[in-house]
Amino acid sequence: MRLEIRDLHVHYGKIEAIKGVSVVVNEGEIVTLIGANGAGKTTTLKTISGLRKVSSGAIIFDGQDISKVPAHERVDLGISQAPEGRGIFPGMTVLENLEMGKFHRKNRRQEMAEDLDKIYELFPRLKERTSQAGGTLSGGEQQMLAIGRALMARPKVLLLDEPSMGLAPQMIANIFRIITEINKQGVTILLVEQNAQQALQRAHRAYILETGNVVKEAKASDLLNDPAVREAYLGTGAHQ
Amino acid sequence: MKIRNYWNLRDLGASVWEKANRPKRVVIATSSIFLVGLLPFAGASFLATPIAAYDAVLVYPVGVFILMALGLNIVVGKSGMLDLGYVAFFAIGAYTMALMGTHTGLNTWEIMPFGIGFAMLAGVLLGLPTLRLRGDYLAIVTLGFGEIVRLVVLNSTWSKGPNGIANIPMPPDIGPFKFKLEDQKVFFWVVVIMILLVIWMIRRLSIRRPGRAWEAIRQDEDAAELMGVATLKYKIWSFTLGAAVGGAAGVLYASKNLFIAPEMFTLNVSILILSCVVFGGIGNIWGVVVGATILGYLPDRIRFISDARLLVFGAVLVVVMNFRPDGLLPRKKREKAIVKSEVNA
Repeated sequence: MRLEIRDLHVHYGKIEAIKGVSVVVNEGEIVTLIGANGAGKTTTLKTISGLRKVSSGAIIFDGQDISKVPAHERVDLGISQAPEGRGIFPGMTVLENLEMGKFHRKNRRQEMAEDLDKIYELFPRLKERTSQAGGTLSGGEQQMLAIGRALMARPKVLLLDEPSMGLAPQMIANIFRIITEINKQGVTILLVEQNAQQALQRAHRAYILETGNVVKEAKASDLLNDPAVREAYLGTGAHQ
Repeated sequence: MKIRNYWNLRDLGASVWEKANRPKRVVIATSSIFLVGLLPFAGASFLATPIAAYDAVLVYPVGVFILMALGLNIVVGKSGMLDLGYVAFFAIGAYTMALMGTHTGLNTWEIMPFGIGFAMLAGVLLGLPTLRLRGDYLAIVTLGFGEIVRLVVLNSTWSKGPNGIANIPMPPDIGPFKFKLEDQKVFFWVVVIMILLVIWMIRRLSIRRPGRAWEAIRQDEDAAELMGVATLKYKIWSFTLGAAVGGAAGVLYASKNLFIAPEMFTLNVSILILSCVVFGGIGNIWGVVVGATILGYLPDRIRFISDARLLVFGAVLVVVMNFRPDGLLPRKKREKAIVKSEVNA
């Protein structure tokens, strides 16, 4: 299992949002895409999950080009995304949301109980809120639900779009701890983040995106100590 | 929250139903269907409509409106797509009945599958290219489609243009039940049966996979797609089922009215049916039934005040929508109490 995007170009109308991005995610890794607003992180992720169309370039997953496969079929292949802004179903209960995560699975009846237990183990807060409507959860709980729902699909690769967005520092630390935990259970993770500090601490490798281009690719720990990166993305100058 | 607690017929009804065991439910269901079936005999009571014949009013507008509102509700209420051209499917059903009824020897029941089929076909043909659109864009395209269908029949020779088609045959008698213009009880019972069939179909679909998919699409289409829901397929299904119900209503309407003309299929009908859905409670079957009943019945009940009746009709709409913006019997809205975000967690 390996996810690779090759020379990806994506347009919104006439505007080119992604101008030739290439990213490799190897099995078992946590890879993070960091960058400022408008750098193209979310667009890259949406293109991998199929919500955006590829203008040119390839998305190779498990050795085959999936760039023409519709989004709902990519879930079957093992790509699952927790959307940005915690795109959960606000009017469904926590349980119904999680059940939706299994919508496409053929033997979902048998898997359901087993996987629910796993999710509740990862996120005990969700278990307390099983019959509560998704829209009434707190921001952090909604994020947990979005991740849990994506895991219900038994993904090989989990795509996470800004899981720290709008959360309190304590909750952010909690979410990132769980992300590492999920990775240790064997799920490969591609993580898009603005919170570079947390993302680089958790990831194995990282790509820095600027206005639709990859400007840097390195081991996450190296970037964490790179003065230029610290200056631009970690808010601490090299002189400190 | 406050309003819901003291005037909540929906939860009252639901709790009675849920507490009842199976035999009790059968009794409730059959007795209410029986009571509804007796409605045409209540013509001498306060329900009577001045000027228009009471039993005819029960068939059209009331019965046909309920049928169409239920069909539109699959599209607008269940899967959240705004369709402003629903009248097109009604017109296709009606013209199928009119043309086949006058040109072939087939009777209403034999033509019914054709009317439903053509309406569904139109639904698929319109849906395939347009259901990729969302919200306002879809509304505009469907509005255009409704007008196109009306303009085509208005300007074609096979449809006899603005003159319309007359001498459409009535349905053949079913045993002792005879269809008559001056006594439309049998028509009413047929409409009730069709309404029950549609309600049964919607309820079955709602608790199964399509219902889940529609609900997910309505709440967040992108998220639904990410969960593996083939959103376009389910949207087309919803659109086509809605079209089928509209087509069925059209066939029945033409066969009851014996005459149809393009002026009966204007944008007004689409808007009125949408009003029935919104007025009664978008997404809730019983709300839609109540809404369509009131909006279909009221204008004829108050016909004695002649021109002022439209004023009263409008006033009722405005007042009700102000006090109950979610409709008379709204669907459960669990997302209402949204906690914004966890800023201080």
